[in-house]
Amino acid sequence: MKFKKKSTLIFTEKNAIIKLQESSIKYILIAASVISILTTFGILFSILFEAIEFFKLKSFYYFFTGTQWSPGIENSKFGALPIFWGTLMITFIALIVAIPIGVFSAIYISEYATSRIRGFIKPLLEILAGIPTVVYGFFAAITVAPFIVKICSYIGLEASFNSALSCGIVMGIMIIPIISSLSDDVISSVPSSQRKGALALGLTSVEATKFVVLPAALPGIIAACLLGLSKAIGETMIVVMAAGLRPNMSINILEDMTTVTVRIVDALVGDQAFNSPATLSAFALGLALFVITLILNIVSLYFIRKFKEKYKVNTL
Amino acid sequence: MKKIKINVNNLNLWYGNNKALNDISLDIYKNKITALIGPSGCGKSTFLRTLNRMNDLINIVKIKGKVLVDEQNIYDKYVDEVSVRKRIGMVFQQPNPFPKSIYENIAYAPLKHKIVKKGKKCDELVEKSLVSAGLFDEVKDKLKDPGTSLSGGQQQRLCIARTIAVSPDVILMDEPTSALDPISTEKIESLMLELKKNYTIVIVTHNMQQASRVADYTAFFHLGNLIEYGLTSDIFVNPKKKKTEDYITGRFG
Amino acid sequence: MKRKNNIFYDKTLSKRHKSAKRFKFYAIFSLVLSISFLVFFLCDMFVKGLPALKQTYIKVDITYTSKCMKSYRACIDKKLRKVISRSEIRSIPLKIENNPKLLNTTVSKWLLANHQVDQYIKGHYYKLKSKDKRIVDTLNKENRVELNFNRVFLTKGDSKIPEFAGIKSAIIGTIFTLLVTMLVAFPIGVMTAIYLEEFAPNNKFTQLIEVNINNLASIPSILFGLLGLAIFINLFGFPRSSALVGGLTLSLMTLPIIIVTSRAALRSVPDSIRQAGYGIGLTKVQVVLDHVLPLAFPGILTGSIIGLANAIGETAPLIIVGMIAFIPDSPTNIFEAATVMPAQIFTWAGMPERSYIEKTALGIMTLLTILISLNSIAIYLRKKFETKW
Repeated sequence: MKFKKKSTLIFTEKNAIIKLQESSIKYILIAASVISILTTFGILFSILFEAIEFFKLKSFYYFFTGTQWSPGIENSKFGALPIFWGTLMITFIALIVAIPIGVFSAIYISEYATSRIRGFIKPLLEILAGIPTVVYGFFAAITVAPFIVKICSYIGLEASFNSALSCGIVMGIMIIPIISSLSDDVISSVPSSQRKGALALGLTSVEATKFVVLPAALPGIIAACLLGLSKAIGETMIVVMAAGLRPNMSINILEDMTTVTVRIVDALVGDQAFNSPATLSAFALGLALFVITLILNIVSLYFIRKFKEKYKVNTL
Repeated sequence: MKKIKINVNNLNLWYGNNKALNDISLDIYKNKITALIGPSGCGKSTFLRTLNRMNDLINIVKIKGKVLVDEQNIYDKYVDEVSVRKRIGMVFQQPNPFPKSIYENIAYAPLKHKIVKKGKKCDELVEKSLVSAGLFDEVKDKLKDPGTSLSGGQQQRLCIARTIAVSPDVILMDEPTSALDPISTEKIESLMLELKKNYTIVIVTHNMQQASRVADYTAFFHLGNLIEYGLTSDIFVNPKKKKTEDYITGRFG
Repeated sequence: MKRKNNIFYDKTLSKRHKSAKRFKFYAIFSLVLSISFLVFFLCDMFVKGLPALKQTYIKVDITYTSKCMKSYRACIDKKLRKVISRSEIRSIPLKIENNPKLLNTTVSKWLLANHQVDQYIKGHYYKLKSKDKRIVDTLNKENRVELNFNRVFLTKGDSKIPEFAGIKSAIIGTIFTLLVTMLVAFPIGVMTAIYLEEFAPNNKFTQLIEVNINNLASIPSILFGLLGLAIFINLFGFPRSSALVGGLTLSLMTLPIIIVTSRAALRSVPDSIRQAGYGIGLTKVQVVLDHVLPLAFPGILTGSIIGLANAIGETAPLIIVGMIAFIPDSPTNIFEAATVMPAQIFTWAGMPERSYIEKTALGIMTLLTILISLNSIAIYLRKKFETKW
């Protein structure tokens, strides 16, 4: 009897130690996972906190609607509208370049390329995606911008060396892989029964693609474009190196313009005191950037979910 | 007077190095329903797909032999495979309506083939196809609704309607009711009997009772070979080959 | 080509096929365009950066006298002083100190030419006074001018003297920064992945974590820089411009990649392994740590290398935390001010002197070489350890 009791005692004792080990490891893992939440909130709060400091000094309303940005020492005005405009223009040019090329490349890769060509092309596009943006910035400033100036002078137009056009083109090249790789995944996941149904009606393969596959893939393609848009809006190095510093609200894409990210960098690498409005304006701009990219991300996820639900796809 | 619509002559098919169809020769008669039966993997779906050149979509497929439709070999190099599929339509096992409205599902191909122009003629064609498919009464008020909003049986009849809309001569059906409930199955079987007045129908089924219900002629396939072909009544009541008899009586399947 | 009297002939077909051909042409043209951007761009870097592999050296007679100790300019013929790099001239007194035997001797040495001379010899745009140009031409005729391998680039740090600027301090800075990044991001990322894949119940908390990770992956990189500035520098007081701050900022950016790839690796381990472990009475922790994790390790490693490659190229957040100061000497620990390769490229790209263009291009090629090597290692590892279950 006694012997039996002792062994069960050892059993329960050992059990307790093991249980303690198990739960402590589990808590360590949970602690690690919480760090991602802390990071998001950290970003949000650090930006929010300093942005609020800014808006204590400068008008919130004027920030979003005013058109003069002059962070001088006296009588400084902080109307960010021209800065948002610059981001908008350059991003718009980038999308005009990237969406057609990206989507059509994706159509080719998923619908017409043999698996050998696919195996060759996909790594190349991944290389394009992996090039650091500072390198694109150098390319924009040293090769593309002077080229545009030269071409424009041949046809009698005057282009700035910091033209929005050169930034937009290079930014477009940068986001081509993003749009094409997600679009390719989406188009490939449209069930082949759709395509077969169209072909069985005597339609050519292009007609099948245009009428059936693309409309089916449309939510996913939209999500890909939104992702590209979000990347373009938040892009810093290309514009810091190739765009201007001057807030300029013009529709002439050959002029120099500035963007939100350029002004953030400019405000923080100068010699101003940290609590001056000029420096804090970086956080106000950062807050605007955070909110816009967050919204774009949520909308993009919504479209991807819509696509997944329709075709019960899980590989995206 | 049986007229031969499709004449298959010594058809051989390889998937890469695997021979899937072995020297098949048979005649499909006009305005009759021909059923292809056999155990899984015997090649009946593959054979069906050779009749409208759908196998051409698979890269590793090699085909030798002739398939003569109205005495024209569809594998002739002068013949455009796209136009073959206009005259020989196909309905698949899983209903696959396009992600468009019911109207557009039916209207797109005829408009592309320039059978009709947009407008009244097109509306009439859509209505006629839906009537022929026995679907019109159920959807006449919701032609603008998406095709995917219909039930499984209705979707399959929609697929049949859009196949009819391009005025084919032959309709191929690959296990058209195996994904449907018994009531929809019954509706489609009676539809087939109606359709055969105007079209030649070839159907693959692994439901022998279905073959005996609807088909005029039945072909029994096994491991890529055509074992026996003849009137359905003959095949089921008086099979000539032992293998046929074994399959019919359920000794293997 | 198509016989008109075959029963399958359809007159709409030729138009439709033509339209199909056009569409396919657009598709393939777009793809070719994308690839040619890549090719053009790499060629452009190559062409611009190749000249930087060589530097101009001039053979000069140096007379070491005691006068040189105080006024080092006196050691070299006055005419030649204009064409020699200032860096060489400045280092003469140090040489004499280290080697007193040199006093009162005249030595003939190959010295680095200054950057305008270098650009002139290489055939690029240059700014030389015509007087100096004639001096160089004369020296050239005397075979005292030579283009030789650029020893400076990989052995020296940044410098305000263009011909003396190298990338060494940036490389060391990158190494320190990425060390911090991986030491922080790898454990946290893998632990988060293990928790989410193996332990997390399907509740709101787990969903919150997953939404967060998804979000983090799409936040613009510059905002991480703002986080680093506000929290690591202002709140925690870590030294600005240090590899510590830069590394911590980058680690937060690398977390999502490591988490996502590690989760995929864990998920690919079949459930039968876990069931087998439970079947012999192991606890959950034992099953995960001793059985699942080792099997998922190659995938986790591959994902981390990809994350690392991503982090190497990041510039914007590091600019915000100050890592673009002028750093001539390599840092010796993670608390000293440092710079990283992409930031060095950025700084050089903004310099006015023309000779920095080729250095920037060469720096870019160095960076791209490192990135391509890392990615190739990752792909090789993935293929080698890919077990088909």
